[in-house]
Amino acid sequence: MSFFSFGQSAEIDVVLNDAETRKKVEHKTEDGKKDKYFLFYDGETVSGKVNVTLKNPGKRLEHHGIKIEFVGQIELYYDRGNHHEFVSLVKDLARPGEITQSQTFDFEFTHVEKPYESYTGQNVKLRYFLRATVIRRLNDINKELDIVVHTLSTYPELNSSIKMEVGIEDCLHIEFEYNKSKYHLKDVIVGKIYFLLVRIKIKHMEIDIIKRETTGTGPSVYHENDTIAKYEIMDGAPVRGESIPIRLFLAGYDLTPTMRDINKKFSVRYYLNLVLIDEEERRYFKQQVWGGKNKSEGPRGHPRAVFAEEAPALT
Amino acid sequence: MADAIADTRRLYTKPQNLNDAYGPPSNFLEIDVSNPETVGVGRGRYTTYEVRLKTNLPIFKLKESSVRRRYSDFEWLRAELERESKVVVPPLPGKALFRQLPFRGDDGIFDDSFIEERRQGLEQFLNKVAGHPLAQNERCLHMFLQDEIVDKNYTPSKIRQA
Repeated sequence: MSFFSFGQSAEIDVVLNDAETRKKVEHKTEDGKKDKYFLFYDGETVSGKVNVTLKNPGKRLEHHGIKIEFVGQIELYYDRGNHHEFVSLVKDLARPGEITQSQTFDFEFTHVEKPYESYTGQNVKLRYFLRATVIRRLNDINKELDIVVHTLSTYPELNSSIKMEVGIEDCLHIEFEYNKSKYHLKDVIVGKIYFLLVRIKIKHMEIDIIKRETTGTGPSVYHENDTIAKYEIMDGAPVRGESIPIRLFLAGYDLTPTMRDINKKFSVRYYLNLVLIDEEERRYFKQQVWGGKNKSEGPRGHPRAVFAEEAPALT
Repeated sequence: MADAIADTRRLYTKPQNLNDAYGPPSNFLEIDVSNPETVGVGRGRYTTYEVRLKTNLPIFKLKESSVRRRYSDFEWLRAELERESKVVVPPLPGKALFRQLPFRGDDGIFDDSFIEERRQGLEQFLNKVAGHPLAQNERCLHMFLQDEIVDKNYTPSKIRQA
């Protein structure tokens, strides 16, 4: 946008052909707000029109070409200068010359590959957008239209439950069970905690969902952990033989699919922590590395037993 | 993906044995610090406290015990636990060295309100520590709580249940 109206300037605008019928979804922006964007899937065609509207009708607009690009890129917040484009398509709309009146150009990107889901995170962003540009000698005129891409997956054929006995020898034994090993974003975690031995004074028990965003590679790997949810499932002291039910509706939380090593740039994984707190505020927890969500993934390898402070791990 | 309604019925649970439900809990552990008594005369005086324990935890050899301990015994226990175990040991009530200076208006470390404050702090300390699964494995804790005398020349070791 030029503040000096020497000569001609123009506004450029991108409109999709199916804007009336195409579904829009909410997606978080970098500053945490939620906006609505057109939803696309892998393989769908992206077509529309680019409108170039002259500011001063009658005067001509000289340019070095008009083009439209479809871009899929990964931005690392700490390295903004380098965008990693994994999809980059371009269509020339006009050869260098001039426009004497406002014009509309049609474009179509046929069956565009969109391999990854759109993601806006703490340190990294993956986005898709159309960018229309009027190339000029001194300053280009351009406009971007962001779209959101969701990846699809099918229900896994085999989605077995998880059942495991863990504890601290002679102090606490529990058996936990979750009804599935792969959950999708609108799913419900149904499970139970069965107490086999309780020799410590438990005050309450909760389930935490932790999101871990990993960016960078090699020595400069950075993990950002975020507790998405803390859900109390028991208040009070249980005894042997008691069963505590779990019913956690995932749709109420801000979750994304598990993303593994996207374009070798970042990963997003989820952990389910079962946390028991005793009367002296000591925390005992069992961490489950978790797959699931839209992508069909199961829990990784063997579950690790981790401890918050110095008390023994539940193994 | 069809918008199927998820099955949220509870998982099957075994009915609880009534003995387990209404019997005594397996985590019974009560520790009291009480009955402060000042022993000795003149400059050699010191205060001892009764440490009474009642439990049904198998890791404790005696289900009921009562011993007398002084503040320096608690300090010894704290140091042992810090060194021998991975427990983050809670603090003891203050050492109150300033109370041992002469020319005080009150009874110094034998002042009733000070002894009561200290008694409460020692009780809190022991309850915090004795319930810790890692601390329960330490020989020094069991000696402190249940042996007649604290043998400071003991060999540190871990206790495993029989």
